[in-house]
Amino acid sequence: MTPAANLALESARRPETLKRVAIEPVTRVEGHGKVTLLLDAENRVQQARLHIVEFRGFEKFIQGRPYWEVPVLVQRLCGICPVSHHLAATKALDRVVGAPKLTPTAEKLRRLLHYGQTLQSHALHFFHLASPDLLFGWDAEPGRRNVVGVIEAHPEIALKGVRLRRFGQEVIRVLSGKRVHGVFAVPGGVQKHLARTDRDLLLKDIGQALLWCREAVGIARRLYLEDREENERFGAFHSNFVGLTAPDGCFELYEGGLRARDAKGGTIFDQVDPSHYLRHLHEEVKSWSYMKFPFIVALGNDEGWYRVGPLARVNNADRMPTPLAEEARADFRKLSEGPVQATMAYHWARMIEMLCAAELIRQLLEDPDLLEGDLLRGGERVPEGVGVIEAPRGTLIHHYRVDENDAIEKANLIVSTTHNNTAMNTAVREVAARYLSGHELTEGLLNRIEVAIRAYDPCLSCATHALGRMPLEVDLVDADGNRVSRIRRDGDGSIG
Amino acid sequence: MAERLRVATCSLAGCFGCHMSLLDLDERLLGLLEVVEFDASPLNDLKRIRRPADLGLVEGGVCNAENVRVLREFRSHCRVLVAVGECAITGGIPSMRNGFTLKQCLEEAFIRGQGTENAHIPDDPEIPLLLNKVRPLHHIVKVDHYLPGCPPAPDAFWHFLTALVAGQDPSLPKELIRFD
Ligand code: SF4
Repeated sequence: MTPAANLALESARRPETLKRVAIEPVTRVEGHGKVTLLLDAENRVQQARLHIVEFRGFEKFIQGRPYWEVPVLVQRLCGICPVSHHLAATKALDRVVGAPKLTPTAEKLRRLLHYGQTLQSHALHFFHLASPDLLFGWDAEPGRRNVVGVIEAHPEIALKGVRLRRFGQEVIRVLSGKRVHGVFAVPGGVQKHLARTDRDLLLKDIGQALLWCREAVGIARRLYLEDREENERFGAFHSNFVGLTAPDGCFELYEGGLRARDAKGGTIFDQVDPSHYLRHLHEEVKSWSYMKFPFIVALGNDEGWYRVGPLARVNNADRMPTPLAEEARADFRKLSEGPVQATMAYHWARMIEMLCAAELIRQLLEDPDLLEGDLLRGGERVPEGVGVIEAPRGTLIHHYRVDENDAIEKANLIVSTTHNNTAMNTAVREVAARYLSGHELTEGLLNRIEVAIRAYDPCLSCATHALGRMPLEVDLVDADGNRVSRIRRDGDGSIG
Repeated sequence: MAERLRVATCSLAGCFGCHMSLLDLDERLLGLLEVVEFDASPLNDLKRIRRPADLGLVEGGVCNAENVRVLREFRSHCRVLVAVGECAITGGIPSMRNGFTLKQCLEEAFIRGQGTENAHIPDDPEIPLLLNKVRPLHHIVKVDHYLPGCPPAPDAFWHFLTALVAGQDPSLPKELIRFD
């Protein structure tokens, strides 16, 4: 499908003449989402949209709050990777308190926290959510396609997932006090050292975790290559990629410059100071979604959209910082001469990152700086700060202005999933056109739309697979709004 | 096997952290699956609970018309309804927007946002109507139990669920009642 043909499916010319099909809820992407399709009389897809239907108003209600409350408040945006918001906000406020560069101890401790989160979130996504689709196939009996099904069919795989996630969560707990919404970072540093007993606790398990991460890369690789042709075609399109890299081009999750590469791997910009993000990235509002559509300013909103997250980061990095992950990256990049474009390759890239996180955790656990040294730094106050971090799902931007009374005056956030908004919509249109268009709707066809969205790891899809299969109901409605037919897939996977 | 406790869960205006805390039972989840059967996922619409559930766990407060509809249906399909976490119990952090008008919040994000182009407030009929105020569950439906915390600790879920399965009073012991 050409990019123009794909884009044409964003808005049908005469929507009032078409049948509406709603997939609701499809999955939640930092909130509630649904897909609507408009079909003509021959069931050909004329329009396909992923709508984000939740709105919080955070940027407004944060105004007037003391700035030190922010790292605690913002993590409640997302319980799946609260550490990302906690750290991105604190990084922005480091600048406000005049400490853009932390003490070595503080920076290393924050990195440990961040890598723990990368590990737990990636494990959750791959094992609890995505693995049922990947292990059983898109057309498998839907009742099996959930984590309970994986536990029954492949207990050795499922249990490793549960334990890897636990390890990552334990890293978070020992530093921040609890697994979800703990507090560790403060503007200018962190609150405490890693206790020796906690270090020993983690050291005891890191070897095993590392081993399982290697196995996970192997599983993701095997599943991709076993059906390479289909995986390359599914939800496929070319895009630009954006993410942080270290000054030398090395893979980086915590601190670096922004790099944007085009679909062929050519540089659009590189090592941009994240504080200048507004010169390079803007967001477009569309009336049918609460999630905005970011794009690279120099390329404009039609050409300038891009992808973030594991695939973008592994594509953009010149190398990985650790030996096993670097080996895995080199192997992965053999898939294609330029950047790897396949939507389904996200899973493989995600596992390479998880392995990298485990290696980085091991390095840090052996570093005496985490046990002692200065925790806090301060400097000259400035009114404004930007904090950018690579969250599990991609680049996360927090931007605050603070007034002379220490109150927040202005806030701007671009969360990871937002960057992928156009990409997810493009994938939905591609899958709808290729697999659904002109066919009778079946459960297996509908599942393909979810599979495409899920590759981008939208935040709230977790429980879809973790706690039983998501029921799905699709109504076929004629132009007058009368229901023509209904397909229903229940919680146990049966179709009625 | 004895009939398992049928549990449905859903997330309204919450961050999903409460569901994550439930997953933080780790290996205990496997034991839980022997006595508990999850009927509907957090993403479920209530129509999809096929027969009444014994227990409904609801995360998040109520911020739009869709939440109201889902919550009412959830209530009518669950024998016992539990407000899980601060958001469900008080409205939580999302209810901080109650100090502003809805218009102010929408304008800040979509009109006054930095780097925002084609600035306008999304208004497509596919997007649910926002309520003027974010509300806790008990403003809309009867709530039988409250699990405090943001999120409640995994042990709180464990205590509550295993007590219910055993037919005992599920009230939390003092040390599990935490609000952070
Ligand atoms: S109570 Fe806390 S953890 Fe639960 S949904 Fe609300 S903010 Fe998230």
